[in-house]
Amino acid sequence: MTDTDYRRVDDVVDELFARHPPQSTEPEEFWGAQYDLGLAWVWHEEGFGGLGLSRKDQPHINWRIEEAGGSTENRLSNLLGIAMGAGVLTTHGTDAQKQRWLRPMFTNQEIWCQMFSEPGAGSDLAGLSMRAEPDGDEWVVNGQKVWTTLAHVSKWGMLVTRTDPESPKHRGLTYFVVDMEANGIDVRPLYQITGEAEFSEVFFNDVRIPDENRIDSVGSGWRVSLTTLMNERVAIGGNTVPRGSGRIAKAVDVWKRSGSADPLLRDELIHLWAEVEAARLTSARANELASAGVPGPEGSIGKLAWADLNKKITSFTLDVMGLEGTLYPGGYQLTRPTSFDTSMPQKAFLRTRANSIEGGTSEIMMNILGERVLGLPGEPRVDKELPWKDVPRG
Amino acid sequence: MSVSYAPTEDLELIRTTARQFLEDRIGLETVRELMMSEEGLDRGLWKEIADLGWTGLAIGEEHGGAGYGLTELSVLLEEMGRLVTPGPFFASAVLATAAIDTAGDDVQKASLLPRLASGEIIATLAVFEEPRGWDLPSLATTATADGTGWVLDGAKPFVLAGQQADVIIVAAGFDDGIGMFVVPADAPGLDVTETPVLDPTRRQADILLNGVRVDGSALLGGGESTISLRKTLGIGTACLAAEQVGGSQRCLEMSVEYAKTRYQFGRPIGSFQSIKHRCADMLMKTEHAKSTAYHAVRVVDDDDEFAIAAPLAGSVCSEAYNWIAGETIQVHGGIGFTWEHDAHLYLKRAKASSLLLGDARYQRQLLGQAIGL
Repeated sequence: MTDTDYRRVDDVVDELFARHPPQSTEPEEFWGAQYDLGLAWVWHEEGFGGLGLSRKDQPHINWRIEEAGGSTENRLSNLLGIAMGAGVLTTHGTDAQKQRWLRPMFTNQEIWCQMFSEPGAGSDLAGLSMRAEPDGDEWVVNGQKVWTTLAHVSKWGMLVTRTDPESPKHRGLTYFVVDMEANGIDVRPLYQITGEAEFSEVFFNDVRIPDENRIDSVGSGWRVSLTTLMNERVAIGGNTVPRGSGRIAKAVDVWKRSGSADPLLRDELIHLWAEVEAARLTSARANELASAGVPGPEGSIGKLAWADLNKKITSFTLDVMGLEGTLYPGGYQLTRPTSFDTSMPQKAFLRTRANSIEGGTSEIMMNILGERVLGLPGEPRVDKELPWKDVPRG
Repeated sequence: MSVSYAPTEDLELIRTTARQFLEDRIGLETVRELMMSEEGLDRGLWKEIADLGWTGLAIGEEHGGAGYGLTELSVLLEEMGRLVTPGPFFASAVLATAAIDTAGDDVQKASLLPRLASGEIIATLAVFEEPRGWDLPSLATTATADGTGWVLDGAKPFVLAGQQADVIIVAAGFDDGIGMFVVPADAPGLDVTETPVLDPTRRQADILLNGVRVDGSALLGGGESTISLRKTLGIGTACLAAEQVGGSQRCLEMSVEYAKTRYQFGRPIGSFQSIKHRCADMLMKTEHAKSTAYHAVRVVDDDDEFAIAAPLAGSVCSEAYNWIAGETIQVHGGIGFTWEHDAHLYLKRAKASSLLLGDARYQRQLLGQAIGL
């Protein structure tokens, strides 16, 4: 950021603090004022939570708020809205849509969720089946979504549907924002292998969505979905963890407490430590090169590497525990979790199995590396030009 | 600690100059000729390399070098690794030079470093005695005081570039621990026999020392130098890691190129996920290897951090290169197993280089000690 930008941002932050002292103002009111002053998404245009600056200026603002004792908790508790939904609205939404949704999103009054995956559409997202049919000024939606985070507490959902089954799969999709309190929506907990229901299944039975909640034109749902996923990657990437922290720290801790003198276990632990450090240094290098404007393949390999490492480390940790690793303190509780804490190694072992599936399977990530980074040819696609309704499914 | 990985202008210049020279002058056909030649070295090429300033790149300007550091030197190693460049560069410009630089006194440096920088002499370092003796257990090679000098006795069966070297720095046990002695290759009692090796681009010799007499001034630093020797081996490990990175990157490129142009079942084989994903794995391992090698050479002056970074790079890069070189043969199928194809040059370099200064398991032991595990 240029010095002028810094001064401008700092001046506005000072103004925010003067009018709404961060420590004594209710978070909701503070976030509202932050939005009104253009410090919510500083790269948005003025009037929509921004000042028309660069995305890179935002971390400085967040840091100043946290340092002053203010809260940036909304960025986590409404992650899908603030990190992804806002980007979709600014890229594809109308001014009326931005006006309606952005402020209450940022103040955390209206939580957002994202409904993409279906039981029949995982890696092949564009093959999804949820049907939306026009009816006057409304759309009638039927089908099922799955693996939806925060669905049970959300006011709004980002939804991609099939509006034209006669077109090839990528061309017949349309994107909506749906009121999660609408009639015909049934949110059910989806219990995962830990017994907890971090996610939901969402059933749509003749749900009516007003056409004014459609994002971009009919048939452009794939493009809008890609914007959503792109914002997801920007949100996930970019932070480097300290050396030896996180899951490897837990493994080291468990190993030290076990008092094990087994040289094979020790070598395996150091081996994992080295792999973690190599992945960590790669993230650091990628971040530096990206900020220096030299984009390389280092960024894309992060998710792939961490998914594999998380699974290996948590499995190894149970090995170190030996028979203690066969226990499950507290037992399996079929509940909605109140936190995402996985400090218990047994739960971490189970939860990390999804790391190589969620947010793009490792197989898909390797296809991306192979095709987009290395330039290898794609698989022949049998469904590319076929009308979606004629594509075999099962 | 803040370390920058962004390539500077100097680094980029060194890289492009090196790549061009190596591709023009020491391409893989030349590599094959040198590999099968008796000496394994073209003295004319060695002179050219020295004239380019490579042998003195990391030697101080006061000793006739260019005054750069390990980061710059490692770029040369990476580029040589790409083309499995034969010769004594690693033994002389890395190991022996680092030994003199870390352990030598001012007089020794002034007498040896300028001649190394100019390429006038080739040197090497003779340390290991046992096949897996990387942790330097008490050395059987001994130095016995004799008047003002020393008498060396023992055997060093795995000396890099032993027959090409004019000067051999011998690690020997004496009263105070380990000392490093500068021995001329023509010293009486020194017997150097070339050994057939797995990777003929990097020669080795079996060296016997039978009552080899040297002056008192031959002892680097005038005394015990175990710590300097370990630092030297760490520098060697970091440079070897950079070389392994270059080889890994080249293997990845060869594999991807072949996967794009080789057709079976009516498709380029790179369109099959089994091949594509293997290449993606090669990419990931190469990038991880780069990160550890680039980090190690950048922290060489911070002893605590280097004690972690060097074995980290040694273990990660050795494993990466071994795996990638092996998979390169698999991606190429039958042609990759022929003498005619270049894949075996990389496989041999990968395996041998991962054993020279300690295999990945040994490097992990060093790493474990450094991080308190």
